[in-house]
Amino acid sequence: MKKTRLVRVAALAVSLAVVGVACGDDDDTGSTEDTTAAAEDTATADTTAAAGVTCAEGTSIAFFGALSGDAGNLGQNIKKGAELAVVQFNAANAGCQVTLKEFDSQGSPDQAPALATQAIEDASILGIVGPAFSGESKAVNPLFDEAGLSIITPSATNEALNDNGWKIFHRALAGDDKQGPGVVAYIKNKLAAATVGVIDDATEYGKGIADIVREGLGDAVVASDSIDPAAADFSAAVSKMKDAAPAAIFYGGYYAEAGKLAKQLRDAGVEATLVFGDGVKDNGFIEAAGPAAEGSIITCTCSDGASNAEFAAAYGEQFPGETPQTYAAEAYDSANAFLAAIASGAADRAAVLAFLKSYDVAGVTKQIKWDETGEVAGNAVYSYKVEGGAIVVEGLIE
Amino acid sequence: MSDWLIYRTFWDLTVTGVALGAIYALVALGYTLVYGVLRLINFAHSEVFMVGTFATLITATNFIGIPLIEEGNYPYRTGITLVAVLLACIVGGMVVSGAGAVLLERVAYRPLRGSGEHVGAVVLAFASAFTVSLIFTGSTRTNIIIGLVGTAPLAVLYLRIFRRGRSAPRLAFLISAIGASTAVAEAVAIWGPRDREQYQTSRVLEKRVLFEFLGTDVRIDYVLVIVGALLMLTALVLFVNRTRLGRGVRAVAQDVETARILGVNVDFVILVTFLLGGVMAGAAAMMFTLVYDQTRFNIGFLLGVKSFTAAVLGGIGNLRGALLGGLVLGLGENYGAALFGGQWKDVIAFVLLLTVLMFRPTGILGESLAKARV
Repeated sequence: MKKTRLVRVAALAVSLAVVGVACGDDDDTGSTEDTTAAAEDTATADTTAAAGVTCAEGTSIAFFGALSGDAGNLGQNIKKGAELAVVQFNAANAGCQVTLKEFDSQGSPDQAPALATQAIEDASILGIVGPAFSGESKAVNPLFDEAGLSIITPSATNEALNDNGWKIFHRALAGDDKQGPGVVAYIKNKLAAATVGVIDDATEYGKGIADIVREGLGDAVVASDSIDPAAADFSAAVSKMKDAAPAAIFYGGYYAEAGKLAKQLRDAGVEATLVFGDGVKDNGFIEAAGPAAEGSIITCTCSDGASNAEFAAAYGEQFPGETPQTYAAEAYDSANAFLAAIASGAADRAAVLAFLKSYDVAGVTKQIKWDETGEVAGNAVYSYKVEGGAIVVEGLIE
Repeated sequence: MSDWLIYRTFWDLTVTGVALGAIYALVALGYTLVYGVLRLINFAHSEVFMVGTFATLITATNFIGIPLIEEGNYPYRTGITLVAVLLACIVGGMVVSGAGAVLLERVAYRPLRGSGEHVGAVVLAFASAFTVSLIFTGSTRTNIIIGLVGTAPLAVLYLRIFRRGRSAPRLAFLISAIGASTAVAEAVAIWGPRDREQYQTSRVLEKRVLFEFLGTDVRIDYVLVIVGALLMLTALVLFVNRTRLGRGVRAVAQDVETARILGVNVDFVILVTFLLGGVMAGAAAMMFTLVYDQTRFNIGFLLGVKSFTAAVLGGIGNLRGALLGGLVLGLGENYGAALFGGQWKDVIAFVLLLTVLMFRPTGILGESLAKARV
C-alpha cells in the first residue's frame, strides 16, 4: 500500500516536471512585457525639451495580436509602428510617460479571450492597438466592448466586424468590403482572367474575403475549395485547380499557408497567376514559397508605409536598418489617436472613447476619422507584386 | 458535378494519397510497435517525428551547407551528390529520431515501470531543477547552472522512488507521454531560432515528372517516398520475424512475465522496440521534408494524430495493419476532401476510423504483433 502510494507520487512528480517545462515557458509568451526602457532612454536624453502634457504615472496603451506563431510577422510590424508612436510621444512629453504593453495572442481565437481579460483587468490600459486579426477580433471584441475599452485595429479587415454594434470598435484601414471588390476588379480588368479558382483557409478573415471574391466574380469562378491551414498537404485542392486550369487563383488566408500552397501548386504544374489578400503581404510569404512566389499579386487596403519619407526615416532611426512593413504605418496612426486622447486629458476609458468619436486628424496613411460604425473614411486598395524576391508596389487599383 | 471532378482527378488524388499514406504508415509503425509490446499509446511519438524533420533540416543546411535559395532558384543537386545528400538526410533523421525515442523511453516511461532507472532519474532531476529555476530567472545560462546543481540531490531522491519495484498505474504513463510531448514541442518552439514560425528545408531534389500513369503525372518525390516506405516496412517485418531480437520482441508482446522467466532481457527489448519505432519515424520525417520542404515545432501534432488513427484503423499492434491503415487513411482523406471540400479532410479521416471500428473493433487486420503472423 505504502509502496504504491510512493510510486504514484513519483509518477505525479515526473508528469509535473515534464509538463512544467512546457508550462513554465508558455507563460513567457503569454505574459505582458513593457517597452518603456527604450522610451525612457529617449526621454532622459531629451529632458531639456518642453515638459508638454502631464498624465498619471503608469498610463498605458496595449498592443494585442500575434507576435509569434504562424502570422507573427504581421503582429511584429504593428507592434513596432505603435512603439514608434509611443517613443516619440514620451520624448516630447516628459510629464507623461506612456507604456506600451504587449499581449501576444499568437493570432489564435482560442488564446485571445484569456489575454483580453488580463488587458481589461489592468486599469492602466486606456486603449488597444489591435486585435490584429479578424478571428481573434470576433472572439474578444465583445469583451472589450463590455469593458468599454476602446480598440483601433490596424489590420483586421473582415467585413462583418463593423456589424456587431460594438461602440469601442475602430479600424485604421478599409475593410474587406472594400478590398474584396478591389481584388475582383484587378482580376477582371488588369489580369483579364476569364477563369478563376478561389481557395480559402476557413478562417474568419480568409473565408470572409474569399466569399466576397467568389460573389464578385460570379460565373468566372470555375473551381473553389477550402484548406485546413494546420495541415501540410493541400493535394486535394491542388488537384482541383490542376483539373480546372484557371487563368488566375485567389487565396484568402495568411502568408505561411499561402507560401506552402503556392509551392504545391507550382510543383503540380499549375501556371495560373496567384492573387492574395493583405494577410499574405509579408516577406514570410516569399520565404515560405521560394521561387514559387515570383509574379504573385498581393492586394492590401494598407498603404506602403515606406512611401511616407518622414515616417520611414523616423522608423529607420528607431529600428536601425528596417523599413516600415505591412500595417506599421496604420499601427502608428492608431497609437497616435490614443496618445492624442491621453494628451487631451482623457484619464479613463470612457473619456478616451468619447475623444475618438470626434477625432479627425491627418495621419501618415490617410485622414483618420471614424464614422459611427468605426470605419475609417476612404476606400483605397493597392496592389503589390512579387518581383525578384521582394514585394513591390504596383499602385492603386482602379 | 463533384462526382465528375473526382472521376477526372481520381488518379492524381490516388498518387498523392498513397504518398501521404506511406508517411502515415511509417509513423504508425512506431505507435503499433510500442503498443504491441507495452500496451501503451506513446503519445510523444509525434515529437519523435518532429525531431526527425529538424535533424533532416540541420543535416542538409548546417552540415552539408546547402542554402535555401541558390541564384534565385532551388538548390538542386544531381547524380551522386543528390544521392549522397538524400542518404545523409535520411540517416540523420533516423539516428536523431531513434535516439530521441530511446531517450524518451528511458526518461518518461522506464522510471514509471519501477525498475530503478539511472539515466531517467538523472535527466528528470536536471529537468525538474531547470524547470523550477525558470520561475525565478529567465537567463538560460543561470537556469542550466541551477539545473546542474540541483541534479545530484534530486537524482538520488528520484532513484529511491523508482527503486520501489512496482509499476505505476497505466494512467501515469499516459500523462507522462502527453507531458513529454508538450515539453519537447515547446522546447523547440521556445529555443529554436525561429520560435513558432515555419522552417524551410532546402529542396535538393528537382520534383520532375518521372512517368505518366493513367493520364496522371507521377513525380519523382512521390515514387521515392512510396518505394522507401515499402523497403523500410519490409526490413522491419524481416527483423521482427527472422532475428533473435525480433523473437524477443514477439515474446514480450505475448507475455512479459513468461518472457522474463525464459531469459529475455525485457528492458532491452522494450528499448529496441522504441528504437525501431524512432528509426521508422526518422525515415518518415526525411520523406516528409522531401515532399513538403518545411517543418515547425508542432508539425508532429496533426500528423501524429493521423498516424495513430492509421495504426488503429489497420489494427494496432499489427505491422502490416499500420501500412494498410496508413494507405487507406491517406487515400480516403484525399478522395473525401475532393468530394466534400478540403475543410472536411480531418472529419473524413475520423468518420472513416469510426466506421471501420464499428464493424471491426480491432481494426481491419486485427491486433496481432503477439501472434507470430506479424
